Amino acid sequence: MKRFWGFVLKEFLHIFRDPRTMLILFGMPIVQILLFGYVITNEIKDIKIAILDQSKDPVTIELTNKIISSGFFILDRNIKSMNEVEDVFKEGNVRQVIIFESGFGRKLKREGTANIQLIADASDANTANLVVHYTMAIIDDFVREQNKLTGSPIQFIPEVRMLYNNELKGVYMFIPGIMAMILILVSAMMTSISIVREKELGTMETLLVSPLRPAQIILGKVTPYIALSFINAVTIIIMGNLVFGMPVQGSIILLLAESILYILLGLSLGILISTITKTQQNAMFISLFALMLPTILLSGFIFPIENMPKILQWLSILMPPRWFITIIKNIMLKGTGLMYVWKETLILIVMTSVFLGLSIRKFKIRLE
Amino acid sequence: MALNINNIHKSFEGLQALNNITFSVKEGELFGLIGPDGAGKTTLFRIITTLLLPDRGEVDLFGLDVLKNYKKIRQLVGYMAGRFSLYHDLTVEENLKFYATVFGTTIEKNYDLIKDVYCQIEPFKTRKAGKLSGGMKQKLALSCALIHKPRLLVLDEPTTGVDAVSRTEFWDMLKRLQKKGITILVSTPYMDEASLCNRVGLIQKGNLLSVNKPENIIAEYQRELLSVSSDNLYKLVNDLRNEKDTHSAFLFGQSVHLTRKDRKESVKQVIKYLRDKGHGSIHINVIKPGIEDCFMDLMHKEDEFLLSG
Repeated sequence: MKRFWGFVLKEFLHIFRDPRTMLILFGMPIVQILLFGYVITNEIKDIKIAILDQSKDPVTIELTNKIISSGFFILDRNIKSMNEVEDVFKEGNVRQVIIFESGFGRKLKREGTANIQLIADASDANTANLVVHYTMAIIDDFVREQNKLTGSPIQFIPEVRMLYNNELKGVYMFIPGIMAMILILVSAMMTSISIVREKELGTMETLLVSPLRPAQIILGKVTPYIALSFINAVTIIIMGNLVFGMPVQGSIILLLAESILYILLGLSLGILISTITKTQQNAMFISLFALMLPTILLSGFIFPIENMPKILQWLSILMPPRWFITIIKNIMLKGTGLMYVWKETLILIVMTSVFLGLSIRKFKIRLE
Repeated sequence: MALNINNIHKSFEGLQALNNITFSVKEGELFGLIGPDGAGKTTLFRIITTLLLPDRGEVDLFGLDVLKNYKKIRQLVGYMAGRFSLYHDLTVEENLKFYATVFGTTIEKNYDLIKDVYCQIEPFKTRKAGKLSGGMKQKLALSCALIHKPRLLVLDEPTTGVDAVSRTEFWDMLKRLQKKGITILVSTPYMDEASLCNRVGLIQKGNLLSVNKPENIIAEYQRELLSVSSDNLYKLVNDLRNEKDTHSAFLFGQSVHLTRKDRKESVKQVIKYLRDKGHGSIHINVIKPGIEDCFMDLMHKEDEFLLSG
């Protein structure tokens, strides 16, 4: 045990004495959060919606068909009461609920106006905004067609509500994304680099010849990064809250526990990378290309997964950040508990075990 | 026997790095492995220290097989790798402390053993290892390798890149360590260091050419050796190498050591040849061979053997 702590101490000395490492560890999170405080717009496609049709008359059925056949939306389900709306959103698939008031067709015939309510999940602000605008455009189009047919002017009054993120802040989307990216970068890139550095400097030779077990070497290498990544996670949450007013609706303990799970996943990835690379530069490039780009592009961080080509959607299933982002968005914005994110959590646990198992198998007790 | 090496073969991607290496090192012996860069010294040492697996052959260390008992062996061996294996961003003291902790000991416990080496760098103990001179790095690396009282010390080219004074000091330190009962296996590309070992092995291109005491190697030298000098040293080497009766000609400092295929009247013939080539102030003496001459001769033979075979 003393050996192990001696090793950890040495590792901390390396970190604190290298200004570049310190900069990446503590400068990057802050700069990234400030940089990504902007919104990027994009197109929508195959957005899942739910419909609460309290009237079920020919007009609502025709309008429903028109919305669904537009190609932008997929009807996930029909719900029966207002109480179900919240549940549907918490499950996380459905982005918008369309509600037709009861007696919709009748009211339209009699008074010339009727009410539609659009409720969107705005924890992803961009998508929510776009979804609502697309829906309203379809409804407008429908109204115009109806006017032509009947000759008498009718009017729909859509009422829009943004759930979870009333002000449509894009930054709410980016903070989970940044957290996912920075944690995996720090834990995977920094550990892989620091392990490979020992190989490059030739000190690994001496460590291997020492009575230290491989597990001790690896654990000693990653322990400091667990601590530092955790500090990072907390910094990001606090900064998100103080600077951008990002709330934490759910349990903070669950949020931190999920972060630690994700950090462990990053570390096991880092160890795996270190077993297959020989130089620090290699380790860095693999980390950047294999981790950072996919995190940004494929995790739903910037581009909605629903809009990707099928093959990329499948690929995004393999991206740990995708699941982590879903989890923390749920906890932070919707305040959901483990009940709603157990599936994603399980996926992260399985991924961690696989990476860890692989790297233990690949770690060499000798030089080749 | 402290170390028995038997029929070791090792190749990397088809390139033969070690070819049928067999020798043994006695307990308490200072054994030198001499050879040029790329001869296979580091590979052999890595096999001995359990870092590499041989393709064929056995290595036995204090009765333990390096393949099966690598964990036990790692406790018994102090290994100083060719690149000194130090953390450049840690201070002298932190480096030593780290290696002490890793081997489950403390500086104080084994201070006795390293005192002789460490006291010379102790005044700089708060300096970063990366800022040390070559000689000081070498002493620190040796202290680190010694900190757990190993029975066998394996030193891979400890004197490479170190100034002449530090080299001499280093060999003195090794002699003193040897007196404390530590078996030492050291490699070096410098042939003049061979005479400081109890026994030496000459290795070239993965082949072990000769294992013997330095004085025996000199005694086995059979040629007549001439030391030749003139006013143009560079031209002298080339001219001598181009002469048809020359067996070998190597530059040694300010003179050329020359051996001839035909021993009759060699001095007269050489003087005549060199005068014809326009050399002035020619000096020729018959000299006794040093260990370097013997190695050059052995390596020359091996080369000829390899070329003809």
